[in-house]
Amino acid sequence: MSDHAQTSRQKQDFEQTLESSDSSVAQFEHKQRNLFDSVQHFLHGNPTMVPIIVLVFSIVIFGFVAGAKFFSPFNLSLIMQQVSVIGILAAAQSLVILTAGIDLSVGAIMVLMSVIMGQLAITLGVPAPLAIAIGCVGGIAAGAMNGFLVTRIKLPPFIVTLGTWNIFFALNLWLSGAQSIRSQTLDEIAPLLKFFGESIAFGGARITYGSILMLVVFGVLWYILNHTSWGRHVYAIGDDKEAAELSGIRTNRTLIMVYGLAGLVCGIAAWASIGRVGSVSPQSFQEANLQSITAVVIGGISLFGGRGSIIGPLIGALIVGVFNSGLRLAGVDVLWQVFAIGWLTIIAVAIDQWIRKVSA
Amino acid sequence: MKKALLGATLGALALGLSAAPNMAKADEIGACLITKTDINPFFVKMKEGATAASVALGIDLSTYAGKVDGDHETQVQAIESCIASGAKGILLTASDTKSIVSVVKKAQDAGLIVIALDTPLEPIGAADATFATDNFKAGELIGQWAAAKLGDKAADAKIAMLDLTPSAPSVDVLRDQGFMKGFGIDIKDPNKIGDEDDDRIVGHDVTNGNEEGGREAMENLMQQDPEINVVYTINEPAAAGAYEALKAFGMEKDVLIVSVDGGCPGVLNVRDGVIGATSQQYPLDMAYKGMEAIKAWADTGKKPANTEGLNFYDTGVNLVTDQAADGVPSIDVEEGMNRCWG
Repeated sequence: MSDHAQTSRQKQDFEQTLESSDSSVAQFEHKQRNLFDSVQHFLHGNPTMVPIIVLVFSIVIFGFVAGAKFFSPFNLSLIMQQVSVIGILAAAQSLVILTAGIDLSVGAIMVLMSVIMGQLAITLGVPAPLAIAIGCVGGIAAGAMNGFLVTRIKLPPFIVTLGTWNIFFALNLWLSGAQSIRSQTLDEIAPLLKFFGESIAFGGARITYGSILMLVVFGVLWYILNHTSWGRHVYAIGDDKEAAELSGIRTNRTLIMVYGLAGLVCGIAAWASIGRVGSVSPQSFQEANLQSITAVVIGGISLFGGRGSIIGPLIGALIVGVFNSGLRLAGVDVLWQVFAIGWLTIIAVAIDQWIRKVSA
Repeated sequence: MKKALLGATLGALALGLSAAPNMAKADEIGACLITKTDINPFFVKMKEGATAASVALGIDLSTYAGKVDGDHETQVQAIESCIASGAKGILLTASDTKSIVSVVKKAQDAGLIVIALDTPLEPIGAADATFATDNFKAGELIGQWAAAKLGDKAADAKIAMLDLTPSAPSVDVLRDQGFMKGFGIDIKDPNKIGDEDDDRIVGHDVTNGNEEGGREAMENLMQQDPEINVVYTINEPAAAGAYEALKAFGMEKDVLIVSVDGGCPGVLNVRDGVIGATSQQYPLDMAYKGMEAIKAWADTGKKPANTEGLNFYDTGVNLVTDQAADGVPSIDVEEGMNRCWG
């Protein structure tokens, strides 16, 4: 009885004030999301969607502009062939960029290792499988050297790989004497070196083993990055190296392994490049370093590290290939292809920056 | 860039150091060879020719090279170092044929003779003399050969043009236009690639002068017209790449590939049927004759004269093929091998 009396009694002043105030639990302010914000949120969660959308759109548009020639299975498989080497290099580049680093030496490592494979097999008569293995191990060593300089001597990756780019390039000229090893010589002595240039016909399409290799490389790296603890460590280091260190990740050791793995991928790319070019050519792929970075950036991997899917650069490389093929079949001059890829790169980074600014 | 600067500084330093004992050795003539790069076997051979001449003529030779084709800065520094060393003359293959002119003028004012090798300066008269391959003629020879080889079928040939770079330097234009003229195509403006309207030309694409670029360009043009049966290439590595592409299309037997250079791997490719014919040039002669001209300048103050009818000294070009065509002078593969470079 007395309870009832109490509640029904006259309310005090402060209680009355309280009653008229907001009684909900403390929370963040909810901004009304418009379509624009929703898109931004979606892309933040799925950064690879941007390049996929661009790829689909560009294929459709060039299909209209350049006509049936572009859409033929043969042409689409040709684009795969043409991007295969740069694609594999972009996979190597992605590993390093995911750790917020950059590797300017990937192209130089690849060409150097292809020259080593060629010289060993042709000039010194080393059995081809052994020559290829030595080239791949050489790739690991070259990459690990980058990693060592970055982590132990504590130099910025940009400077380290700028230096090793020159070093590997000079070694390439020294070992090759700036001379190509001819296709016919390879056929005679070490045809295995050209393995990835062979192809299987598939209903009008002509798929080289090199194209398949590119897909396999991306598949394996995707698994490693997403389904092993080592892979998660790579992302963690790229996101915040100190935080990763504090949470018990041996960051320096992981970084050296990242550069070494990138070097191994470059060694594999070296083998693929011999098949693609048909000869061991010390003068080919001079711009491969930058082309690989372009593919990575267009593929939506953030240059600031820790963000983006390894599948992105595969899409990025294909976008570049589709643009080049489409513009050419539409009869556009070469310099406008270069122009278009330039804009594509800038737009890709702009989109990345915009997505990063996403608000909760 | 820093590295190049360091290299040039070290080079200049080494030159300064070596200049001291030379002065004691009476007045030995100094000369410099500045090439575009050390990469290209063509320039390697040039260096060999210059070195051989320096021994034979008793000239003190210093050599410099840009890091990549187009490395203008390093070449400027090299010329400046060369002026400072008190050399009598410079042999130069310029990367940037227009921009280099002002520093060339500086060298000439300091009393040096500047001889352009292989690549003419713009204007060509900016150098005291130019020792070069007649690139237009080199193109013309392979054009005439291809036309003669096809005979009546030349009238409906399908031709792919594999050029050098999008910037189209003069050697690119000269060979490209020379080929078309030799084949019997109206080239319109001879200073411009791609302004012809002859249906036989399927298209022009760029190769960067290497195998990878040659292959990709060939694939691209085959996509535009799979009936291509004649392929012009800027040099032999590009030709080797084009052949690989044709082989992947299963068409290597039906297509005639012609090229320019005459490097040893290129001549071997002529022997093996990869390339039908190639125009051979002689970098060793260019450098050797250039060194002789510097010697003559130092001894007598006389500059070399141009080949008659040309505004440069033609160091010669020969068509190398084992399938000689009527009315087109050529040498066979054996002689080509004896005279090849690289």
